[in-house]
Amino acid sequence: MAIDTAQDTAIRVNDFSIKLANVNGTGSASANSLLMQAIFRMGIPVSGKNLFPSNIQGLPTWYEIRVNKSGYTARALEYDLMVAMNSATYEQDINEVSSGGYVLYDSSWPLDQELLRDDVTFLGVPLARMCIENFAAPRERILMKNVAYAGAVVALLGIDMDIVSNLLSETFARNELLRESNQNALRLGYNYALENFECPLPFRVEPMDETKNSILIDGNTAAAIGCLYAGATVSGWYPITPATAVMDNFTRLCAQYRREPVENPAPGELPYKNNYLIIQAEDEIAAIGMVLGASWSGARAFTSTSGPGISLMNELLGLAYYTEIPAVLIDVQRTGPSTGMPTRTQQSDLLLCAYASHGDTKHILLFPKDPRECFEFAVQSFDIAERFQTPVFMLSDLDIGMNDWVVPEFTWDDSYVPDRGRVLNDKDLEGMAEFFRYANEDAEFVTPRTLPGSDSKGAYFIRGSGHDKFGRYTEDSNDYQQVVDRLKKKHASAAAHVPAPIIERHAGATVGVITLGGCDLAVREAVDQLAAQGVIADYMRVRGFPFVPGVREFVEEHDHCFVVEQNRDAQLRSLISIETGAAIESMHSVLAYGGFPLSARQVIDGITSQLEN
Amino acid sequence: MTSIAKPIIPLVALPKNEIGLTIRDYEGAVSTLCAGCGHDSVTAAITHAFWELSTPPHSIAKLSGIGCSSKTPTYFVRGAHGFNSAHGRMVTIATGANAANRELTYIGISGDGDSLSIGIGHLAHAIRRNVNMVYVIENNGVYGLTKGQFSASADIGSRLKKGEPNAIAPIDPVLLGLSMGATFLARSFSGDKAQLVPILKAAAAHNGLALIDVISPCVTFNDHEGSTKSYRFMREHEVKEIETDFVPIRKEIHKSLDENDATEITMHDGSVVRFRSVPTGYDPYDRQKVEEYIRERRSRGEIATGLLYVDESSLDVHELNNTPDHALNTVPYSKLCPGSAELAKMQASFR
Repeated sequence: MAIDTAQDTAIRVNDFSIKLANVNGTGSASANSLLMQAIFRMGIPVSGKNLFPSNIQGLPTWYEIRVNKSGYTARALEYDLMVAMNSATYEQDINEVSSGGYVLYDSSWPLDQELLRDDVTFLGVPLARMCIENFAAPRERILMKNVAYAGAVVALLGIDMDIVSNLLSETFARNELLRESNQNALRLGYNYALENFECPLPFRVEPMDETKNSILIDGNTAAAIGCLYAGATVSGWYPITPATAVMDNFTRLCAQYRREPVENPAPGELPYKNNYLIIQAEDEIAAIGMVLGASWSGARAFTSTSGPGISLMNELLGLAYYTEIPAVLIDVQRTGPSTGMPTRTQQSDLLLCAYASHGDTKHILLFPKDPRECFEFAVQSFDIAERFQTPVFMLSDLDIGMNDWVVPEFTWDDSYVPDRGRVLNDKDLEGMAEFFRYANEDAEFVTPRTLPGSDSKGAYFIRGSGHDKFGRYTEDSNDYQQVVDRLKKKHASAAAHVPAPIIERHAGATVGVITLGGCDLAVREAVDQLAAQGVIADYMRVRGFPFVPGVREFVEEHDHCFVVEQNRDAQLRSLISIETGAAIESMHSVLAYGGFPLSARQVIDGITSQLEN
Repeated sequence: MTSIAKPIIPLVALPKNEIGLTIRDYEGAVSTLCAGCGHDSVTAAITHAFWELSTPPHSIAKLSGIGCSSKTPTYFVRGAHGFNSAHGRMVTIATGANAANRELTYIGISGDGDSLSIGIGHLAHAIRRNVNMVYVIENNGVYGLTKGQFSASADIGSRLKKGEPNAIAPIDPVLLGLSMGATFLARSFSGDKAQLVPILKAAAAHNGLALIDVISPCVTFNDHEGSTKSYRFMREHEVKEIETDFVPIRKEIHKSLDENDATEITMHDGSVVRFRSVPTGYDPYDRQKVEEYIRERRSRGEIATGLLYVDESSLDVHELNNTPDHALNTVPYSKLCPGSAELAKMQASFR
């Protein structure tokens, strides 16, 4: 073992990555997020990426933590420390450690000599032995191993032990036994590392003040909070990875914030009523059907799903588009096609959502970059859906939705008034000679609607079959075209209402870089690193579709643009080209679609390799 | 779906219901279905039922899927709000609409293709959820709009106009409903308005999903010799033992002598359904006996009609979810948004 390689390394503070290799179903996830949360509480920018299998127990799972004082917390591909807890993946895991890095392993059993590397330091901690000696129950012995290695990592990285200890006490506030055994296990690992290794390692954490106004939250929780604040009352949904937590959280939040007390409840009656109705549907078709029924009736309604669910919803999405019914869909994208890799991330539903359903359709898309934007865009989705009386898709993804992110804390403007769109009430109808559903368009090509239950003057017959501007059945070419042409113009008008692209121009830029959603952090890091190498790039992150004219302008300002996205077929590039007319030849693709969150290195390699040609 | 506006000819003599409307106010556009289509009779029965119930037209939401049956909501209650949705999906839309606004009267019109093939999953689950609505299946055993293919309700041995007899087992929506926990199951015949109108009225009063399977012959594709959904077959094989009267809550209940032994069921809103000519031992509350009775009749080649099963004690989708009595779409936004102070508090748990 080459202990002294590390001694030559300069000390690196708040700038390193670690990876923890585990077996899923063994309780490692909570130990891993404990470490990440502690670093966050120390005020240091940090990210945690859970790379997990579509499985309940027994398969390899990894967790990566990147600490970066400058806020570059996209996924790193090199690891300074590997916590190798899964003998089945030792070889692969040990290979991924940077030269000069460290491997922490369970030395209760000897490590195969063939796995050793000269340029890496191996730190053996007898975790299983310590846990067998200190804990009695078999399950406890397994679970506590995780907390014990976390304790060793705390010592090795110089994480504040008090913070970690407090976190454990908070987690197990209601269970003294568990609290004690966790604390004991934490100390076991911590003390072993202090006694046997030179702690902290050359890369380590030191307190900062960078996360004071930030929170640690996943995108699915954030989206659920957005739906709560938007005033959604009805949802139909079907369980699917990685979107299920949106509705789990919405359900939990509603139970907390949406219960209206009942005065003097009758015997057997609950002392409150639920100002919400969440229905777990029989499939995604029914889920979107329920959303349409509720939205038709004037409630704010939504569904959360992933690609396979959108595929099933296509039929009714066309109905919603053509009959002009609002709907909000939160699509937490995963790796397709078909079942694909359900626990891996991708941005591959762009075109599916943009043109969902048969016939000529166009939908409105929002692309949040992180949980904070999931919160904000969820609220905006309802405003846009009701204003334009059409489905709106918020395209999150597994990385945003299921991983914890450090983001600026959410704010809420109490003067916010929901945009309910053009809805006529009985008083409005009273003043009208006659009401026709698809007549009387405004400057944005939106026509007023009525809700079921309104006066019979406002009654009309919704039909997915051909209809004219009066809402009557038609098979007449002109009458049909009049309606679908207006729909196209209505869609275009929404460009001014979706979140505007973020554009950053840099003096001396020779190329443009375009991206969307959760690629943001990695692409920004890449742009900064490229600048340091002499390649100066302008940056644009599109945040909504339809595109504003600025998107085309950005493309045309540059002879060469690089479009960075997480799918195989360059869907964003196609969408920009099809919808803005910008020349596709000037846009070069940088694609990462293997299912893991994007890293800056992939972006830099993708750009520089094409610049060389 | 073509529709032609029906001329409203003022007739002084037409009687008015309790809210001052005549039967004309409950009509819709002129039907474009084939002359003699059973569905038009169902439309007439629905028109009468709502008129007799004095339901305000604007408080009715009428929904349908795709198919001949699904055209019919245009033909009744023109003042109601209508939704012609996608094939088989009607009840999913109705579920969402009902979730948002429980104060309206929902009636869904479907067919055997719509409900027993493409939409059977949705029907099954809407029954389980007990969505408060009237669900009418206009059942003719064929796909009419696509010119006469067998549907899932076609009986074994039933013949198309051309071709082989049907060899696979039919789906009976009433038996399906019994096994799914339905709380109101009826079967009727489009040619029997006297039976259908009280059933429709009772269905509207029912608290939950009221499923009515109406055998409604297709005169063009399934009314020939060899069909088990023809007018002639129904007239010869219908067993109409279980007859019902519907007594609205507003009417004083008078019992005539021969009705003293009749079974009575008080509906959710206080109105009463009274069973007449009930066979000995028939109990419309007993799921198992109802199933046995239907199967026994079926084994004799007979079709039992009437209000076959009812459970008025069950909870509907709103009661099961403990929502308020008023429509969710009327809850003011101020009650729905927790506000900035709560958001700040909530975020303390994300540190």
